[in-house]
Amino acid sequence: MEDKNQGSDPKKTKSITRRSFLRGAGLSTAGSVLLTTNTFALDYKEQLAAGKEFGPEAMTIKMKVNGITESLSVEPRTTLASALRDHLELTGTKIVCDRGSCSACTVYLDGKPVNSCMMSVFDVGDKEITTIEGIAQNGKLHPVQEAFIEHDATQCGYCTPGMVMSCVHLLDTNTDINLEDVKKATRGNLCRCGTHPHVFKATLSASKKTT
Amino acid sequence: MNTKKEKFPYGIPGHNLGEIEREIPIEEPPVWPVNDKLKVIGKRVTRIDALDKVTGKAKYTSDMKLPGMLYAKMLRSNVPHAVITSIDISKAKNLTGVHAIHLIENSPKEGEENTKGKYPMVKYVGQPLGGVAAESLEIAKDAIALIKVNYEEKPFVIDMEAAMEIGAPIVFDEPITQQEDGGDVGEVHDGSKGQGNVRGPSTSSFFGGPRGDLEKGFAEADVVVERTYRTQVHTHMPLETHGVVVDWKPDLMMVYTSTQNTNNVRNEMASIFNLPKSKVRVVCDFMGGGFGAKHSAGSFGPMAANLAKKSGRPVWLMLDRQEEHLAEGNRPSSKQYLKIGAKNDGTLTGIQQRSHGTAGVGLGAGVGRIAQILYSCPNFATEQYDVLTNAGPGAAWRAPGNVQGAFGLEQAIDELAEKLKMDPLSYRDHIDKSEVRKVERQRGAALFDWSRRQPAGSGKGVVKKGLGVGQSTWPRFVTLDSSVEIKIHNDGGVEVRSSVQDIGTGTKTILAQVVAEELGLQVKDIKVNIGDTFFPVGPGSGGSVVTGSITPPTRNAAFEAKKELLNLVAKKWETDAAELFISDGQVGHNTDTELKMSFKEATKLMRTSQISKTASRSDDYGGFQQPWGLAYGDLGSVQFAEVSVNTNTGFVKVDKIVAAHSCGRPLNIGQLESQINGGVIQGVSYALYENRVMDKSTGHMVNANVDQYKVPFSMEIPEIESIIVEEYSARSSTDAYGIGEPANIATAAAIANAVYNAIGVRIYEIPITPSSILKALNKVS
Repeated sequence: MEDKNQGSDPKKTKSITRRSFLRGAGLSTAGSVLLTTNTFALDYKEQLAAGKEFGPEAMTIKMKVNGITESLSVEPRTTLASALRDHLELTGTKIVCDRGSCSACTVYLDGKPVNSCMMSVFDVGDKEITTIEGIAQNGKLHPVQEAFIEHDATQCGYCTPGMVMSCVHLLDTNTDINLEDVKKATRGNLCRCGTHPHVFKATLSASKKTT
Repeated sequence: MNTKKEKFPYGIPGHNLGEIEREIPIEEPPVWPVNDKLKVIGKRVTRIDALDKVTGKAKYTSDMKLPGMLYAKMLRSNVPHAVITSIDISKAKNLTGVHAIHLIENSPKEGEENTKGKYPMVKYVGQPLGGVAAESLEIAKDAIALIKVNYEEKPFVIDMEAAMEIGAPIVFDEPITQQEDGGDVGEVHDGSKGQGNVRGPSTSSFFGGPRGDLEKGFAEADVVVERTYRTQVHTHMPLETHGVVVDWKPDLMMVYTSTQNTNNVRNEMASIFNLPKSKVRVVCDFMGGGFGAKHSAGSFGPMAANLAKKSGRPVWLMLDRQEEHLAEGNRPSSKQYLKIGAKNDGTLTGIQQRSHGTAGVGLGAGVGRIAQILYSCPNFATEQYDVLTNAGPGAAWRAPGNVQGAFGLEQAIDELAEKLKMDPLSYRDHIDKSEVRKVERQRGAALFDWSRRQPAGSGKGVVKKGLGVGQSTWPRFVTLDSSVEIKIHNDGGVEVRSSVQDIGTGTKTILAQVVAEELGLQVKDIKVNIGDTFFPVGPGSGGSVVTGSITPPTRNAAFEAKKELLNLVAKKWETDAAELFISDGQVGHNTDTELKMSFKEATKLMRTSQISKTASRSDDYGGFQQPWGLAYGDLGSVQFAEVSVNTNTGFVKVDKIVAAHSCGRPLNIGQLESQINGGVIQGVSYALYENRVMDKSTGHMVNANVDQYKVPFSMEIPEIESIIVEEYSARSSTDAYGIGEPANIATAAAIANAVYNAIGVRIYEIPITPSSILKALNKVS
């Protein structure tokens, strides 16, 4: 960590830590969008323009998750995954590799799957987040969730939220799918129990029910 | 003891099903018929906790958040071998948000002088040295980075063969003992014997020691195969890492943990902190995978407890991905020499095995019992050595030892068959006495279409197809210390309670099935509350012991509770309770069909608000092979592999696996298929992909992550078809066993045999990589 002075006087520290900077920089496109369109994050743009530095102390931001606008106090180094899990207690999103290699932390950002462990929570802006907790609507499961239950597509269950997110996105964008499509949709999802064959079967079965 | 004689189904339906009479204790429940005649058992019942999993509502240890909870991070060594001269925590201590720091120190027994220095010696990179608890994980990480550890570094050794040399740096200059959850569970590896880093040998197992006369055996042989096989170290990489949340209340230590063994963690924590077992409660509701590595409280459990004690707050301590790879277990490597002799008619005359393996700083790097027991051979001896290296300790990994052992043995048998000019499958018919594997070979060969197999290396074209087979055996282990409580509440609710945990295999669901079947109810009517040491002690989830250990007492307790309930109904109806039964949620009478009462109504007859019955695992009907719970018979499997090998690129693809397995009476077909799929996929991974890569010059693991530690993802998953052979042996009230370990044993051997069949050159080392294929084909040097 670079912020050696942080303990003695946090106010002296000038910037966010290297780790969180790198994470934010990984999504630079989203970051630049944030600067122009973010309506939630406490006039971030104006304050930045006025020369205000952010961090390392926590700031209050707003974020729309599963249709609800949430207010949360987070340090600038907080990832979206950590914000969801540690601040909003939406723990269905899992952190497994913490470097974008396993898809266990998949959430949708305006409907598109992203690795929430690789994204700064400050880069979310006014985009809408959907987590695994938001997939079932009004207590009604998505056909993919129903099929996962029916075809025993869970074992330990730790990869399951990420798998469901990948497969739901596939079906929501294309209902005429084959095995290769399911494999491609889940090709980034690590599962150590070896649940893949039942995930494939479940998703193909769900696609038949939705058409 | 009062006994009764009962006739049980015995054998394999569709093959040799018959009956056997057993004399069993009088209190045992009546005989269950074969699965065809049962309502819930042996069916595709959906997992009772699947809804929680698919909606993200399942709470794992890592998801826990208690009021006032702190987040902890471990301090670990970054050198492989050293004396710690000092640890400076002054900067970390002053960091805002840090609440407690705990360092691991040598603690001599009372009255003894500490001659070992303040801190334990560092023996591998990643060894735990201490921990910090802070208000956030990020602060805890910052604090760890501020701790300065001064080392006096010592020479170290990472490579197994280098560690075996005379003059190699010595990892331990003292006798060491095997951890209970060490690499090769069920074997005693003696760390006091041997020289330097080479400890052992272990020469026997619970199946006995050497037998016959090897010299005579090889003299009688017409054909001999003599080879050396090598397997890599691979790590467990469960998706949820090891970890705990400890909430140390004044009179109770609450431990939430991701474990395969709540009871063992409870016992360890009680012992370490000198607490009565009654004041430690360990809970594991959901856990994100273990595969053998999560039987213990490890060092993270006591660390979190010490930090909780110092800070007075609950402490969350989950490891990160790198720590998981470095310090929380791996399957030890092996270098196995095998010599097998046979007569011209195929009869085996001698098997000699000598293995070396490294479990790092741990013991247990054996190659199991598979060469000893899979085939009958009058002359056999094994010597299994542990080689100590400066690397993280091994741990049990799905069928410990035997996966390595099968990779050697099953290739040697293939090679022997070829020398004898016999088909490898027919040759196994000749030397394998197991009836269940005979059926598996027949049914598997038909489904796989083994007749397609061509002579080795005879395929035309760049991409060559190959077919191979591998077999396995796994003992039927039973943990006798397995108890269950069944409660029937007076509102019709039924509850199952045990400390046994569900590690993703579906234990919760099979318990609900067993109770539903016994009580004539539906699975949804049964609430399963397990993974809590406040309930009766259940087995650890390892060695495929759970199903065989916990389902019989579950049925027996349900049977006892039912008897008590039916007695109340009989009293009301003024009839004999023996005439009553429960079916489809209704109590009925065998002869008087007018008499009917719903189960719920019957529970209102109770004098107290509940009936509670606890049962423990009875001895096997007919006794055990070893009194501690080694049952007769084996869990046999035969797996068939079809591969494509690109002879230009060396790329191997597993196209298909047919896996034929037995587990006694199958309880839940969908869950069994899931576990078979998992065992096979991990076997594919072991054969072709994963490998712990160590930097010999620094002692660091270079691929301690997900992106460089290659395991199969969806694009590498073969088509898998499973065959589950029902096999009745009349050994308990459920006659059911597990399948987790057997599913993983034969796959790598079957793939290696298929690769040989494709290219006509044998590969004796895994992982089989493009480079090893191209080297075998003399395309690169």
